[in-house]
This record gives sequence, C-alpha cells and structure tokens, in this order.
Amino acid sequence: MFDDFFTRALIAGIGIAIIAGPLGCLVIWRRLSYFGDTLSHSALLGVTLAYSFSFNITFSVFIISAVVALLLINLQKRTKLAGDSLLGLLAHSTLAIGLVLIGFLTSIRFDLMGLLFGDILAVDVEDITIVYLGGAIILLILYFIWKSLFSATVNYDLSAAEGMRPEVSNFIFTLLLAGVIALSIKMIGALLITGLLLIPAAIARNISSSPRQMVISATLAGVVSVIAGLFVSLEINTSSGPSIIVVALLLFIISLIPLEIKGQLQK
Amino acid sequence: MAENNNLLVKLDNCGVYKSSKWIVRGISLEIHKGKIVTLIGPNGSGKTTSAKMILKILKSDEGQIKNFASKMAYVPQKINIDWTMPLRVVDFMKLTSHINNLEIVDALKLTGVDNLLYNDIHNLSGGEFQRVLIARAIAKKPDLLVLDEPVQGVDFNGEIALYNLIKKICSTLNCGILLISHDLHFVMSATDHVICLNGHICCSGTPRSIVKNSAYIELFGEHNATTLSLYQHDHDHSHETDGRVTNNV
Repeated sequence: MFDDFFTRALIAGIGIAIIAGPLGCLVIWRRLSYFGDTLSHSALLGVTLAYSFSFNITFSVFIISAVVALLLINLQKRTKLAGDSLLGLLAHSTLAIGLVLIGFLTSIRFDLMGLLFGDILAVDVEDITIVYLGGAIILLILYFIWKSLFSATVNYDLSAAEGMRPEVSNFIFTLLLAGVIALSIKMIGALLITGLLLIPAAIARNISSSPRQMVISATLAGVVSVIAGLFVSLEINTSSGPSIIVVALLLFIISLIPLEIKGQLQK
Repeated sequence: MAENNNLLVKLDNCGVYKSSKWIVRGISLEIHKGKIVTLIGPNGSGKTTSAKMILKILKSDEGQIKNFASKMAYVPQKINIDWTMPLRVVDFMKLTSHINNLEIVDALKLTGVDNLLYNDIHNLSGGEFQRVLIARAIAKKPDLLVLDEPVQGVDFNGEIALYNLIKKICSTLNCGILLISHDLHFVMSATDHVICLNGHICCSGTPRSIVKNSAYIELFGEHNATTLSLYQHDHDHSHETDGRVTNNV
C-alpha cells in the first residue's frame, strides 16, 4: 500500500496532524503563534545548511530551530526589547541568511517553492518512518511533562510553588516545538507549518469546554484537514500544503457557527 | 528537639534584589507545623515577594533559606487565566495534583462552591474564584499553605467563614500557614505570630506582644476597626516613598 504516492502523503500528513494537535493547543494557550513562525522561518536556514553540508534535513532543521529558540530565550533576558521585536529580528534575519546561502548553492538545483510550501506528495517510506518515530518520541515526552507544562500555562508561580518544575518543562517544550517543525518542513513547508499548528487548535477552542476536549478536537480537526485537503488537491490539481490549510480554514469558519447560535440564543 | 521536628521553613536574613534595589531585605522568620504566621504591611512592602521567596519561586539574593516542607500549596494574590484556554473548575482543581472528583467535591464543599464543579472558570465572580483557589490549595493536603490575601472580593459573611476555615485547616491538616492579610481583626485573634513588613521586618511577635508595640497602639488608638488598612508605623525609623529607611533621631 506504500507504493502509491498519495497513500504515502496521507499517512505522513495524518502523522503530522496528530503531533500538531496537542502542541498547537499549547501554542494557542501560551500565545506563541509568532514564536512558531520564527522557528519555521529559521527552519529555512536549517534546510540550506543541510544541502550545503549534505546533512539530514530533519536533523539540521531541528538543530537550527532549537538554537534559535534558545537564543531567543537568552536575548529576552538580556535586552530591553519586547518579545515580538526579538521574534521579528530572529525570524527575518535567519530567513535572510538562509536565502543568501541558497545563492551560493549554485551547484544544486533548488526548489524554493517546495521549501516554502512543502511537497507532501514527494514523501518516501523513510520520511514516513521519521515522522512516526519522531512523533512518537515527541508525544511520549509531552505526555510526561504535560501536567507541569499545563499548570505553568495556567499560572507559572503556582506551578513553581507546588513543585512542578515549570522551568524544566518550558525548556523541553521549546525543543519539542523545534522537533515538530523539523518533522513537517519537508511536507508542509516553512510558511505553512504554523498554520497546521494553529488552525486546528483554533477550531478546537471554538467547540471545546475543557482542555482535554480541546486537545482531542484539535487532533481530529488536523487529521480531517489533512485528509480532505489532500483529496481536494488530487481532485482539482492544486498544491497539497496550501490545500490542507484552506480546508482547515473552512473548518474554522464552520466551527464559528455553534458559537454564533449560542450567542443568539443568549440574547 | 520536638520544636525542631515541627519546623517547616526557616529564613535567615533573606532578601530579594531587583532592578538595582532591594525589594525586601533582612527577612528572618520561622514557620512551624500547626501554626499560623501572618504578614501585614502597606502596599509594596514586600509581602508577596517574601511569600514567593518562601515558596522557592524567587531566589533569595542573600542569607539562607531552609525549607523542609514536603508539599506546598499556594493561593496567589492575582491570577489571570487566559481566555484561549477552556478550563472548568474541575480541571483547575486537578492542576498540580492527581485527585479524584470525590476529593475535589469535598474540598469545594468546605469553601461552599461545590455547585460550581463543571462551571467555566472564566465565568466565576471574583469571590467565587477566590473560594475555588482556596479549595484547590486545601485539596492538595499540603504541609505548608501560603495564602496571599485569600479573601479578597469575598462577601463579608463569607470572609469570616473562610478565615475560620483557614484556622480549622491549620489544625486538622497540622500544616504550617503563611497568611498575607489586611484583616487585622483576624490577624490579631487567630494568628500565632505576626510579622509587620515594610521592605524589612518592622516588628514581629505574638499578637499579644504586637499589641503593646507603638505601631499597633497608634493603629488601634487613632482609627476604628473599619479603617484598619490605613495605618502608619511609629518606630525608631521612617520610610521614604520608595521604601528606603531613614532613622529618626
């Protein structure tokens, strides 16, 4: 069954959606969407470095994203600039460095579009293995630090006072975010990864009343978006990554309807 | 020796230094099992900072802290829960501990809000939320409980009931309690040890000994019980607006 490029795309995409669900919820709760953007922009630099030194792309992207994330945390402590300015600074400078480096790589034919928007239809069995293996590790770690992360998201002081060690889980969470970006860059592309993290979680927020419910809904919304998006792209011959995000957006609009009805009823 | 076994926290000349000034300094205190220690003092006098030092949220920049507490619970002064997070009271109760719904309901009953179990935490009133916060801390069965102005926004009758509850919890759980409070009536009637703070420890002791202190006499001689929060210190020193100490000669 892995022979078919479309089946491979479906399997890989579903895997990424499952990892993105819980992480996306945390990104929304912690208001880290721009942080995710910064990491994915810097991922571009990771890819060019991988090509330059013929490294494994996933590994290289993970390292660069992790370095940028830690750099950011450090800069925040040392400068008087606001978080969003620092994020912008890092996002655009790493993006620029990546693009400049691409200019040097004349010997390699470079698919810039593929890098920015991903090409899920090109995944091979090795990619799938990496997604599921990496995903399993990420979700397992997330499971173990969940209570600490979650309590720190609600209130850092409370979490710290009651022995949840939030500083440790925050650090690990940053690495996990870098991990999910590394796993999905090849398939979804640098520009759209944050979309796959955010939009399913945003859909879930509209229809959930508890954190657990939101995590499950986000995962399901992501999986549905991937499946429907891929079928749409096959049917009407559009690029796969953007199609997935467009489907997710449609789901988001639909998820607003129950809120709207509830609001009308309460009037 | 018996006294030592009951020791939960001991601060020896501790302080927190931030943005090139000392927020609090020279804090020495002990908290024992089954005893209530209260911090009083004007706004910005470092009550919350001292509490955070005891809870190990903030590091002390000088002096020594010994903390023997095995489980601490905290009722923070202010807590804002982001609207992006769907959170019911029952989820909030489980935030840092693994407890079942029965224990949760029991704790919520103590503070009179067991009917709110499945309510959205964002829709609670200020007083209801305070009651949930206190219930959550009690449900943890801590050996050190730190309450930072726990009854703010609670109605008058509820205030008395909650203070009585805090006193009861102290003996039933045999836990040490650090309380930050503006309610001097409760402080004086139910506390074992009072610490009067204004960037440093102005005076401290049993309520009985504090009563004899000049600050306290001024407090209760000049004002009646309803204006208790407006009190001044009359010690051997006074404070600049930023809290710096100047000696009265």
